[in-house]
Amino acid sequence: MPDNPKSDIDPSPPQVPETKASGAGETLAGPARTEREFTVAQRSQAQLVLRRFLQHRLAVASLIVLTAIVLLAFVGGALWKYDVGQFTPDESQAPSWEHPFGTDQTGRDMFAQVLRGTQISIGIAVLVALFATIVGTIWGAVAGFYRGWLDTAMMRIADLVLTLPLLAVAAVLGHNVGGTWWLIAVVIAGLYWAYVSRVARGVVLSLREKEFIEASKALGASDARIIFKHLVPNALGSVIVNATILVAIAILLETALSYLGFGVVPPDTSLGLLVSQAKTAVSTRPWLFYFPGLFIILIALTINFIGDGLRDAFDPQQTKVRA
Amino acid sequence: MLAYALRRLLISVPILIASTFVVFILSSLAKNPLNALKAKNPPPSPRVLQLEAERLRLDHPLMERYWLWLTGLFRGDFGPSVQSTMNIGDEVVSRFAVTFRLIFLAMLIALILAVVVGVVSAVKQYSGLDYTFTFTGFLFLAMPSFWFAILLKEAGISFNNAVGETVLYTIGDSSVYVTGGLWAEVADTLGHMILPTISLALLSFAAWSRFQRASMLEVLNSDYVRLARAKGLRRGKVMRKHALRTALIPLTTVTALDLGAIISGAIVTEDVFQWRGAGSFLLDAIRGSDVYVIMAWLLVSATFIILFNLIADLLYGVLDPRIRYA
Repeated sequence: MPDNPKSDIDPSPPQVPETKASGAGETLAGPARTEREFTVAQRSQAQLVLRRFLQHRLAVASLIVLTAIVLLAFVGGALWKYDVGQFTPDESQAPSWEHPFGTDQTGRDMFAQVLRGTQISIGIAVLVALFATIVGTIWGAVAGFYRGWLDTAMMRIADLVLTLPLLAVAAVLGHNVGGTWWLIAVVIAGLYWAYVSRVARGVVLSLREKEFIEASKALGASDARIIFKHLVPNALGSVIVNATILVAIAILLETALSYLGFGVVPPDTSLGLLVSQAKTAVSTRPWLFYFPGLFIILIALTINFIGDGLRDAFDPQQTKVRA
Repeated sequence: MLAYALRRLLISVPILIASTFVVFILSSLAKNPLNALKAKNPPPSPRVLQLEAERLRLDHPLMERYWLWLTGLFRGDFGPSVQSTMNIGDEVVSRFAVTFRLIFLAMLIALILAVVVGVVSAVKQYSGLDYTFTFTGFLFLAMPSFWFAILLKEAGISFNNAVGETVLYTIGDSSVYVTGGLWAEVADTLGHMILPTISLALLSFAAWSRFQRASMLEVLNSDYVRLARAKGLRRGKVMRKHALRTALIPLTTVTALDLGAIISGAIVTEDVFQWRGAGSFLLDAIRGSDVYVIMAWLLVSATFIILFNLIADLLYGVLDPRIRYA
């Protein structure tokens, strides 16, 4: 993102008189001057991003589908007439009005199971994105801001995490934590924050040379203020796009882990575990296999499209497709 | 170039040591490897347990155990396995031989497909073909590897039923007993490889073709390609000699970086098709807290990844004459 001082992001109206610590960005594009010279309504950075995102039709459609899935899982799951662990007398039934996704061999309703699995899988993925993004962004911002030996030391640690084979280490740790869903999220986040830190550092490295940072320093702003008030908000665009993609990646990793038996374990369930339990029944009871798989694909697909839309919205110059 | 390669390898050694150290600690903190033995009925005598603990070096402190493992490597000793009859060194070679066969063939197919599809998509940008490829790419990016592998396996079974004989094998990496000499053996191995290779290849292909399309588009819009066309070179020649060569550079990096993901993908694929490869070697070790087997798996995978990244870096020099390593 180009150098947008904090005032552009923050839609807060007129600034209080400059104090010593408030960054110089505000002084340069001071609101008083803006009001005098422009008669057009000023749009905040957030409004601009939102407008550009809404023009991306596929991303908006994906957002609607994903919202529907999330609502279905969290609200619909609570309202649905069957419980997750409830055994009904209908065993191995094909999808019907009574059981939209059919039932398994012990008579449990698949619709309730898939919704519960979606809750857990999305919950884990969102936690992963949250943890990894917070830790990674701060890690990368501090390393990129201070440079020197601290940068070297911090980035070597990140590199070390990056060299660990993800699935293998996650399986080792997942086996240890024994199926608690939020611990699995911590494990996956513990391996992904390093990716985020590399992205954040890259952005911060170019930002720290910009004039508004220099001006902040000249005004006597503390390091913490520069990092959290100027660097992190300006790196937010790249970080948010990354976090979105991370949700999709985390869903796929969690389902793979649960499939192998090192993630969520029964009696709880996740979409990966449901596929794993159905792997021998594909030809006899296909509904057990296809519905959870379909949900994984739908979630990952829509998140990827939303990520694409966000990327275009935050960075209109780079409209290339995502790798 | 040789000096550069050697220097890179030397830098990799501390990274390798640090990463094995981390994994050693993590896997040693896992469940007690003696649990399986203790759970036996009738319970083994304390003397047996003590001997087993000594054999697994559990009587040494953690740091000393890592040191013993590290120094043992130089003598070709990979440490003791929980399965007392298994020699980890021999086993790791035979297991990875099976897995590498899968990984290399899958990567080769994925790369060729990705370059072809990426270039066609870029040259015919916004055509129906491009949209079809883009949609397929996104779909495969969102597909869990195990789900797709199971789907292929079922398709293979239906195909066999339709043909009336087993053409596509869906279980194992080779038949236990094959008659008919070398050709029958090769045919048997290939028959077992087809489905897992397709499954692994298509998933990597998705990301790579998107990447190849992006880099090809960037090159096609660059000034030097326009110049080459303007001075009268034929379109085909510009595509092959000027554009494609430069557009391959980013893909080399991505391929090398994705190797870890492919190894992970191979673990899952092997699990679905029940191969006795490195994947089941690792998964069984994790389930049985077999620390030294996990370490052997990690050592081979990490070395492989480091070497592959080095090869990718050296390839830049071949693809782009401006990059030369002094």
